[in-house]
Amino acid sequence: MQRGWFVRRSRTEGLAIDEMNDAWVKCNGCQQILFARDFERNLKVCPRCGHHHRLSARERIELLADPATFVERDAEVVSADPLGFPEYADKLSKGRANSGLPEAMVSGTCTLSGIPIVLAVADFAFMGGSMGSAVGEKVARAMEYALEQRLPIVICSCSGGARMQEGLLSLMQMAKTCAAAAKLHEIGIPYISVLTDPTMAGVLASYASVGDVVIAEPGALIGFAGQRVAQQAQVVKPPPNFQTAEFQLEHGMVDIVVPRKELKHTLQRILRFFTGG
Amino acid sequence: MRTILDFEKPIAELDANIEALKRITAEQGIDKSEQIAALERDRERLLREIFRNLTPWDRTLLARHPQRPYALDYIRVIFDDFIELHGDRQFGDDGAIIGGMAWLNEKPVMVIGQQKGRDLKERQRRNFGMAKPEGYRKALRLMHLAQKFGRPVITFVDTPAADPGVESESRGISEAIARNLREMIMLKVPIVSIVIGEGGSGGALGIAVADRVLMLEYAIYSVIPPEGCAAILWRDPKRAPEAAEALKLTAHDAQRFGVVDEVIEEPLGGAHRDPLAAAQTVKEALLRHLPPLQKLSVGKLRESRYERYRNLGMWHIATE
Ligand SMILES: [Zn+2]
Repeated sequence: MQRGWFVRRSRTEGLAIDEMNDAWVKCNGCQQILFARDFERNLKVCPRCGHHHRLSARERIELLADPATFVERDAEVVSADPLGFPEYADKLSKGRANSGLPEAMVSGTCTLSGIPIVLAVADFAFMGGSMGSAVGEKVARAMEYALEQRLPIVICSCSGGARMQEGLLSLMQMAKTCAAAAKLHEIGIPYISVLTDPTMAGVLASYASVGDVVIAEPGALIGFAGQRVAQQAQVVKPPPNFQTAEFQLEHGMVDIVVPRKELKHTLQRILRFFTGG
Repeated sequence: MRTILDFEKPIAELDANIEALKRITAEQGIDKSEQIAALERDRERLLREIFRNLTPWDRTLLARHPQRPYALDYIRVIFDDFIELHGDRQFGDDGAIIGGMAWLNEKPVMVIGQQKGRDLKERQRRNFGMAKPEGYRKALRLMHLAQKFGRPVITFVDTPAADPGVESESRGISEAIARNLREMIMLKVPIVSIVIGEGGSGGALGIAVADRVLMLEYAIYSVIPPEGCAAILWRDPKRAPEAAEALKLTAHDAQRFGVVDEVIEEPLGGAHRDPLAAAQTVKEALLRHLPPLQKLSVGKLRESRYERYRNLGMWHIATE
């Protein structure tokens, strides 16, 4: 399910390695070779076909937070291996190496177009952005901080679902994050959920679906069952856009599908509706 | 047709022998009581031995045993009366989730349960206990009804998973489950959930956020079915028994993690060998857990339910 990740050309060919090979990228949507500079400048959205490639948590924070305003919180909350699950310790090390992050979720405070918010962003490069105890804890803490400080919260999801390697404890993070969301809901703290590619299973069936406003990025894979399970179970033939942002919009599960270059502005307008500015 | 699991076979043989001797006694008037008593003693010893050494995979098979009592079997025994209520008032009625008004020792309660089917026809009607969005929405409607009139809620959890099909996706299965999680946390009346068979992932949790979660001894509760886990880990669903081990999906594991408050002992050989006794034990547990919850103020009840879920999970605090 590596859909959406862009492929750099091999680093081993050519002399001016960095310049040469970082100069080109291949679009995962239309397979066209693109100038990396154009691609980056276009926020990793293909200028030809509009395919939205995945952003790292850092990249998305850079996209949304006003420059130098993001202050990370709860960075010390990291995964344990409560089940002693096969290969989990290894996968955690790889996740840290792949993402350069201590955990699959980065949370903190920042301003967005001058509006103070709590912002939490998942990173797919860390074990597919999956939710174990640490991710659930960080989401709950971010929500509780938003409540305490009376700040709106924006959470950008990017996850295959609950993290299998923590078993039942991962499943319980669905209830834990929804418990924190329930308090926001009751007090009336604005919560905007941004669904990016992919937002699946235990994450979609918990905190990601209970935002006051639910936004999705174009073409994002958004659904309950993994494609394989969903396909096996089909009595009805799935439509071509099954489990995409556009499918979820069509079926009333998403408020708006927003192209990446308009995401910050759209969030700003929505936040202004809630905060009265 | 009766299903006999591999590890149940020696017991089934003894069952058959005992039956045969009893028939002879009845039909021919020959007294076989001594032989019967001896075989019954053998059977009990064998049952104890087999059930002391069950693997997590054996327990998975027991939890899914086709003869295992389902929600309606428990409801019929435990409650004085049951009026089933139907529909989510939005789309339809889901046979995989049943619910309605019931009386527990003459006290009114709202009962909700996931229901598998016993025969092929019923299995299809109930979608093998896999609920669709309208099932979760019916459950929530009944919980709100219970809240309106101050009645406690009792849920019976038994599902392989929520329905993963196109229809369910189209009607927002994720949203339906997520909303239940959020609403159940804030419900103003006590909730007691009992995992009676398969606690299948988010599909189970969607009706299992409660003040007290009880679990039958041979039920399972898991984030993913062992087959699915084995397919992802080793690309081999046949290694499900190993996955069952790794997932820590037994009732005692769930209790150790703080997910389950009490493990309810089953009759020797599992609930399906004596459904009536199993239901009586569940009833006793309900009568123990419900009254203290009903004495709590709404504020205290909701706060302790919040804390219960807020504290679940195990993580590290990195120190550098
Ligand atoms: Zn393209």
